[in-house]
Amino acid sequence: MPRLPKRDVHVKIDELKSELGTIKGLELSIGRLIERAIEEELGPTPFPSTTDLREWDFKLLKKYPPFYLPFCDLCCLCTFGKCDLSQGKRGACGLDMAAQQSRIVLLACCIGAATHTAHARHLVEHLIEEFGRDCPIDVGGLNVEVEAPVTRIVCGIKPKTLGDLEDALDYCETEVTHLLSATHTGQEGSNIDFESKVFHAGMVDQVGMEVADMAQISAYNFPKADPDAPLVDIGWGVVDAAKPVIMVIGHNVPPAVEIVDYLQENGLHDMVEVTGLCCTAIDATRYDPKAKIVGPISWQLRYIRSGIPDVVVVDEQCIRADSLNEAQKIKAPLIASSPKNCLGLPNRTRDPVDAIVADLISGRTLGVLILDPEKVGEVAAKTAILVAPKRKKFKAIPSVKNVIEGAKKCKKCYECRRACPNDLTIVEAVADAAKGNLNKLADLYDECVGCARCESACPQKLPLHSFIVKAAEKKMKDETYKIRAGRGAIQDIEIREVGGPIVLGEIPGVVAFVGCANYPKGGEEVAEMTMEFAKRRYIVLTSGCAAMSAAMYKNEEGKSPYEIYPGVFDAGGIVNVGSCVSNPHIAGAAIKIASIFARRKLFGNYEEIADYIHNRVGAVGVAWGAMSQKAASIASGFWRLGVPVIVGPHGSKYRRMLLGRKDRKEDWYVYDARTGDRVYTGPTPEHLFYAAETKEEAMVMIAKLSMRPNDTTRGRAIKLTHYIDLSRRLYGTMPDDIHLFVRTLADIPITMKDEITKILKKKRWKEGRIPDPTLLPRLIRKMEA
Amino acid sequence: MVERANRPILIVGHKAAETGLGELIDYLIQFAKTSNVSVVATAHVVKEFIERGFHPAAWMPAMDIANRLRDPKWKGFDGKGQYDLALFIGLPYYMTWLILSGLKHFSSNLKTISLDRFYQPHASWSFPNISVEEWRKNLDTIENKLKK
Repeated sequence: MPRLPKRDVHVKIDELKSELGTIKGLELSIGRLIERAIEEELGPTPFPSTTDLREWDFKLLKKYPPFYLPFCDLCCLCTFGKCDLSQGKRGACGLDMAAQQSRIVLLACCIGAATHTAHARHLVEHLIEEFGRDCPIDVGGLNVEVEAPVTRIVCGIKPKTLGDLEDALDYCETEVTHLLSATHTGQEGSNIDFESKVFHAGMVDQVGMEVADMAQISAYNFPKADPDAPLVDIGWGVVDAAKPVIMVIGHNVPPAVEIVDYLQENGLHDMVEVTGLCCTAIDATRYDPKAKIVGPISWQLRYIRSGIPDVVVVDEQCIRADSLNEAQKIKAPLIASSPKNCLGLPNRTRDPVDAIVADLISGRTLGVLILDPEKVGEVAAKTAILVAPKRKKFKAIPSVKNVIEGAKKCKKCYECRRACPNDLTIVEAVADAAKGNLNKLADLYDECVGCARCESACPQKLPLHSFIVKAAEKKMKDETYKIRAGRGAIQDIEIREVGGPIVLGEIPGVVAFVGCANYPKGGEEVAEMTMEFAKRRYIVLTSGCAAMSAAMYKNEEGKSPYEIYPGVFDAGGIVNVGSCVSNPHIAGAAIKIASIFARRKLFGNYEEIADYIHNRVGAVGVAWGAMSQKAASIASGFWRLGVPVIVGPHGSKYRRMLLGRKDRKEDWYVYDARTGDRVYTGPTPEHLFYAAETKEEAMVMIAKLSMRPNDTTRGRAIKLTHYIDLSRRLYGTMPDDIHLFVRTLADIPITMKDEITKILKKKRWKEGRIPDPTLLPRLIRKMEA
Repeated sequence: MVERANRPILIVGHKAAETGLGELIDYLIQFAKTSNVSVVATAHVVKEFIERGFHPAAWMPAMDIANRLRDPKWKGFDGKGQYDLALFIGLPYYMTWLILSGLKHFSSNLKTISLDRFYQPHASWSFPNISVEEWRKNLDTIENKLKK
């Protein structure tokens, strides 16, 4: 039985004399025993410690050595410093720049893993209180037998009830604490060991997320692995502003659920609009398809300032720290509902509902903290209904006249442009606005990430973000799209049907668009990439803000991508798994391929499964707008599984890439599990983590990173066709490394045979072979014999 | 610095085709020919070069060329050895910042120049923040000096 690292009983006896004899130096620890149905043999690493998978990490890090990109030359984390780490210098603690950068990456990933785990803990505790410890885990009924693939390979357990999930969370909390402690001054000193711990944080993060989503799917009856989950409304224009409007922001859905429940129970469901941003909105629509998603995280300011929300309810994660100030600007009361984000507000959790509502409506208090989701639901609904007639949608967006007058005050100092993460041409747009032409301001809307740094930087205190929003008013009202509600897990039967074609390469890849909305050129790029790969019959998955951005596009018939493509996990599907915490369903699909298709054992068998996925499952993660520490830890969870992740250009600010070198032949050998021979496979996949400069580069790279050593010749030919086609279209030329991906002549796409054969001849290419690939000598069958 | 360099390399990002200087790609092709510098095109800007009949020494992601430049054992695209000067233009400002910092720390023998019009503190040499007009003049001056 697996043993939790947390010990319940610890007995130490230095010396004990009794009638029976003398005992000296006895030390006894009894771990918590977890009941586990014996479905299969337990693997070597249940509940792995920070070092149990270190050797696997080192194999990956040897192939993909870190390349560090420090923001500055200094470390200022302790009072020895600040320490200059430039030109090979070490700090007062002895740390060098490489270790310091990897330490920063570990800190980011610990923050991310802690955030998801704490969210999961909060959610599980609440759901246990509401539904009981014995509430069964059910993420897909009979269609999903492998209900918790990540938890299985990491922890080696099969959680059956909400109560069982606490064991996994105990583990996550222990590991995050260990990992965080390693970043203390005078602890870890090696950058490679820091990197191994980064991978560990990512793996733990995946468990935390999986627990959170399993709990909410099971208890709230979200869509259960349903490819036909309902299509729900998304976009600014879908909100009926004539009604009282509640806006929810964040990631923890119980307050939003309670709002919906209160409205339904009191016959108010059609009278009040429940709208939201970010993952709370996604999860609210999984609970109630009538709830509406306004947009991804970057829509926060523009939506609040529009004056449409009558009440703002915030929970946790990715919420603007100035949400209270912004809500005040439009005279909308704010309710904070999470202990992680109290905003300095009075705690009214124990007060009567009507007293809180009266204070909010009268303006005696601008906001309240309520740490009881049920009470949040009632207060939010009552307040919205009563405050709406008073507010009359009071907004903080200037009139056109005010924009023009304000624009005339611009001194063209360019501070706004320097502050803008996307280097938008704000000065030129404002200059045009001063002459009465707002078109250039409206154009900026598409690429604006909604951070409002331009406003903070402006010495004239011009509300530049609001200028952009006003100029784009019409465009925003036209934002009416459909998104498929997050379906959760992938069904076992779907895996059975596509497992073979994926592993053999005949489905050219599985591409997951995940992460935040810090896009270099607007969210439409995500929709373009999503559709491009669905059209090419890759399996496309989405989650979180990326899932929303993928929806915000219409074809000539006015249809959104989720209306054009089915939600099935199959070639040409666009599969929205759900919110941030639904990401493990993506990793889980890869894991389930190893289990259901290849019959590999899962329980506590992380290394073998990761080796399988890395060498056989052509999966690529794309976090085009990756912004947060959570996005970093989500990515690192994929790295440890050997799945490459591409981030957008802003992702370079994570300060470390994991880059392969296709020109170093010696890096690209695997063992042939049949014979034990070391076989050259070509750079497949070439990188584990890298920031692409443009969407064009990302698209070519997605096709390239989908190749795996295990591809059959037919599969490789299909993958090469996409790689070459995208390269020709977007780069205007044939790839210059095609010879590295052709193992035998049968790999060559038949329609390009002459052209590629010529290239191979020029490159003095030699025929290779296709192994049964593994990086693990223990899996060589000949040795076993 | 360009004249003194034995093995210069010019890294051109996609913004070189989007800048206020309409014909910057043409200028860079001329610059490369005049100074005998190898050109690496990043992202999709290779298309711009090929359409003008100029084939860069290579095209690859910015992160890839930066990663090679920090490897003292790398022999370059022509097999003749590591480069000693890298000039950057046309990448997003923050990417250039981070790459220049990475090279400053982990590629001690490499000199770097930023040819963009915004100051890059991690470069061995950079323009200050300048207007498009000043930028144009400065680039012309550099090219004229190299012609001599």
